[in-house]
Order: sequence, then structure tokens, then C-alpha cells
Amino acid sequence: MAIVSVKNISKSYWRDSLEIPVLRNISFEVPEGEFLGLMGPSGSGKTTLLNLIAGIDQPTRGTITVANTDVTRLNESQLAKWRAQNIGFVFQFYNLLPVLTAFENVELPLLLSKLSKKERREHVEFSLKVVGLEDRMRHYPKQLSGGQEQRVAIARAIVTDPTILIADEPTGDLDKTSALEILDLLEQLNKEFKKTIIIVTHDPRAAEKAHIIKQLDKGELT
Amino acid sequence: MVFGRLVNVMKLPLKYTLRNMWTRRLTTVLTITGLALVIFVFSAVLMMAYGIQKTLVETGSEDNIVILRKAATSEITSIIMQDQANIINALPNIAKSIEGKPLISNEIVVIINLPYIKKEGGFGNILVRGITSEGIQLRPQVKLVEGRLFQWGSREIIVGMNIHTRFQGCNIDEKVKFGGDEWTIVGLFDAGGSGFDSEVWGDEVQLAQAFGYAGAYSSIIAKLERRDGFDEFVSTFNKDLRLQTLEVKSEIKFYEEQSEVMAMFIRILGIVVTIIFSLGAMIGAMITMYAAVSNRTVEIGTLRALGFRRRNILSAFLIESFALALIGGLIGLLLASILQFFQISMTNFGSFAELAFSFSLSPSIIISSLIFSFIMGFIGGFLPAVRAARLNIVNALRSA
Repeated sequence: MAIVSVKNISKSYWRDSLEIPVLRNISFEVPEGEFLGLMGPSGSGKTTLLNLIAGIDQPTRGTITVANTDVTRLNESQLAKWRAQNIGFVFQFYNLLPVLTAFENVELPLLLSKLSKKERREHVEFSLKVVGLEDRMRHYPKQLSGGQEQRVAIARAIVTDPTILIADEPTGDLDKTSALEILDLLEQLNKEFKKTIIIVTHDPRAAEKAHIIKQLDKGELT
Repeated sequence: MVFGRLVNVMKLPLKYTLRNMWTRRLTTVLTITGLALVIFVFSAVLMMAYGIQKTLVETGSEDNIVILRKAATSEITSIIMQDQANIINALPNIAKSIEGKPLISNEIVVIINLPYIKKEGGFGNILVRGITSEGIQLRPQVKLVEGRLFQWGSREIIVGMNIHTRFQGCNIDEKVKFGGDEWTIVGLFDAGGSGFDSEVWGDEVQLAQAFGYAGAYSSIIAKLERRDGFDEFVSTFNKDLRLQTLEVKSEIKFYEEQSEVMAMFIRILGIVVTIIFSLGAMIGAMITMYAAVSNRTVEIGTLRALGFRRRNILSAFLIESFALALIGGLIGLLLASILQFFQISMTNFGSFAELAFSFSLSPSIIISSLIFSFIMGFIGGFLPAVRAARLNIVNALRSA
């Protein structure tokens, strides 16, 4: 069954009184456990589409249902809570908090849960183990390589056991070896832990890992 | 309470706030310094006003009463005629001395001028008190520390420690010229930091002669038989029509009133000045916090994406600003508390005479200073925190 269902989505930005359409009437579904790649040239609306699915932006028209919740009907406060429980984010530039250690960065999303300190520690240690960084828990982001930072970010994304993992150009800032490691890790999460992954990428190697590729051009699926 | 609600929505750990402050330590230190200076000035002014009050209030004794002419704001502006003094001396409920005499002292007070030791060419006003032997018994806190008491009937004086240390020629065996004669200093006294430390004492009869006060006094000090006999004494006193021009006050209240004008003046002036200073410090804190928000835009976007709410972000930045204010406030208070070791001297508007006092810290000054620093933190941090909380997630993430 479909875990993500996008129906007739349009999104426009307004500059002065000029409407700039970014996405035009997009519909598709993502089955549970899928690894979906969103590709397309710059400005084609990939990231906007990803942001809509992740609930950090609202469409101008259309509905998006994720795990039976109509995301477009939630208010801001409900959305924040929903994101904390359902979405794991992986960003191009990792977006780790520089003043927090790897452990503390991974722990962040759990601070919004009702878990005890001990339970949080167990979850964080497990996530860091999954990404192979259990020996770097006390390191600060600046003491880690780019690839390691992205793995910490992935650990942060999976620590709440979210419904879907959202990754925006996760290999965009990495060298070839690190990029491959990250892609292997995402593939492993998809296969072993049955995580639904939606990834925006330019990277053909990343596209290879995806089971389905959706091509966007000028705001439309091609 | 704002603070209670803040803690409630404080999902982000405190170490996040503190480490961010440490990361930009130069601006943190500068901002804290600005806040600390304001709190230093603020608490120093309050400590000064409180110091004056404390010194004067400690001058009074709970058992003693002071009788002055009605509407006289100080002993200097008061006059009691000899016949009135005789009536008062015969009033009931006045305690007796060891010798069985009523503990009541008819005193005269004059102001003289003497040159300061430090400021060249400057003169200060000194209060000279003509006292009786009962008057000395009424002030048990006054102790001779050097020399001896003046001889009754002679032109000898004793001087308080503050006069001895601050004015020229106020040492034992030196002569001071005033009232058309020379007066020999024969002793130094310590009054335990009270206002008497800034006075010169001599025989009332001698001083009255020298200053042409014969047949009149400035004030009458007495000790009541019972501390709770004050109301009774006042009522007897007020019933006597011959005493209608005079007024009875407890000595504590009298000295409290002496300090009021001065303390109020310092407080108002000081608070106005610090409020103006605080505008600078608050703008400084605001700039720091705006910079913190703009440097961490991506971080804020990330936190919001992870599910942190606007109010979590708001509280994190407000806490940061409160932390700056609290640290600044504590440093300012700490610096100000060092002032307690210093004594300063100035002319008291209440008595027109020199008064030496120490800066004095009280729990209420600590609380006021901390509240003031919190207000600065809140005003400085609120707008930046609101801006942080209102950032659009997508735009914030895009500013990477």
C-alpha cells in the first residue's frame, strides 16, 4: 500500500503580484518500503516537492497523505509534532548543531519525545551503531569528516524510527568515497530496516540505488 | 511566571545555550560587560543611598527620644528656650542615671568649617555638639579610643574618628579655632560607624557661651523609663500648652528622616542615570542576540524541521539573553559589593554637615539589581527571539 500519496499538488510563490508556479498538478504514490529518487535540473521543483511531503511547506492546491494523515490539513503546531514522529531529515550540508557532540545531535529529536534519559541513550547509541560511529559519540561535528558528519545526520534522522526518510542531495557535499558510503548506508536502511526513503539528487550513483526515479522538469513530472 | 513557562517550553538543553555563548565568547564577554557595568552603577547607587540611611539609623537608639522645634528638619534649625527645657526636664517617665538624675541632655549644635586633609583649599562643614554628662550616657555606642574626655568647664573638645582622619589639624593636643576661641583636642572617639563619628563634642555650657546660645538649646535628648512608654510620654508632652512649639520623635525616626532627603536624591538621580545607561546595554544585548539569530538561521530551520516548535526556539533565545543578563548582573553586583570596603564622606542635605558612610549592600538591593538585569535581558532578547521563532523553515534552511 502507498505510504505517501500526492494528489494534484500545485505550488506557487508570489513575487510582488506575480505568481511564479513551482509545481504544477503533480500526483504520484510511494509504496511502503520504497526507495524513491527525485531527479531533475536545478529549479525544477524537486526540493519544494520534498519539503511539501516532509511537512515543512504547504502546497497552494492539492493534498498529501502520509501514513493516512492528510498533511495539508494540519496546523503549524500539529505539523511540528507530526514531523517529529514521522519524518527523518538528511540535508546536503548535514545541518548538525556545531556546539553539540555527535551523541547530543542524534539525541535532539528524542528531546521532543516522552522517553526517559536512559531510553534516549539506548536509542542514540543504537542509531550511532547502525551508522558505524559508536566510537565517535563524544566528538563535535568539526572533529569529524564530511562523510562522518553525514552519517551522524542519518543517525539523527533514524533515531525516532520515522515513517519516512527524506534526503535532499545527501551526497552533494561529499567526495566520491564518502558519497558511496552514504548511499550504501541508505540502501542498507531501506533493505534491512524497511525504511521508506525519498531522496532528491543529481548524483547518478544515488539514482542507481533508487528503485523508482521520478523526473521533474519545470514543475511537472515527466 | 514568565520564567516558569520558559522552563516548561525549554525543550532545547541548557548546554546548547551555554555552548553557543562560549562559541562567540568575545561578543558574549562584551555584552556581559555592558550589562555588568549598568548593574554595577545601579547597585552602587542603591548601596550608597542605603549606606547613608544605615549610618544615620544606626546613630539613633531605640530607647531615646529627641525633642526639637516643630518643623525643624535638623538640630541646626531647631531652638528650644530655657523655660521650655525646664518643663521638659521635669516631665515624668524619663529614665534615671546611676546617680539618680534624669537621663536627659539639653544640647546645642553648631556647624563649623575646617579644611580637608585631601582636597587642597577645600573646606567641609562639621557638626559640633555641646553635650552634657547625661548626653554621653545616652550614647553608649560612643567610645573614647585615644586621649581623655574634655574637662567640664574648659575649652576642650573630643573629635569623632571620621573628623580626625579627614580634616586638617584634628589630632590630639592640636588646637582648633572656632566660636572666637581656641579649643584643644584632648580625645578621639569611635561611634561604631554611626553619624556621631562625623561630629565634634564639647561642654554644652562652654559652647553655648562661645556661640551666644545662652538661654536656648538646639535639641533635647532623653531616655524613657520604658521603651513602650513613648506614646504615653508624647501624650503628656502634647497636653502642655507651653510645649506646643516643640515636637517629640523617637531618635531612630529622627535620624531616618535626616537621611531621607539625601537617600531619595541619590536614588532618583542614580536610577535615572542607570536607566539611560541601560538603554545602551539593552541595545548592545539586542545587537548580540540579533547577530546570534542571523548566524544560526540554518540551525533554527533545522530544529524546526526536526519538530521543535516556535515557542521552543523563542525560549532558547530568551534563555540565552537571560543568561547574559544574569551573568552580567552577578558580575556587576560582585564588583559593587567590593565598594562595601570603601567609606566616603559628603555633606548630608538633612543636617548640612559632613557625614562619612560606607556603601552598604542589602538583600533588597541584590533582588532589585537582579530584577533589573532580567528586565534588560528580556527587553534586549525579546525581539530577536521573536524573529528567530518566526523564521520560515524553508527560507531558513535555504540560507545555508
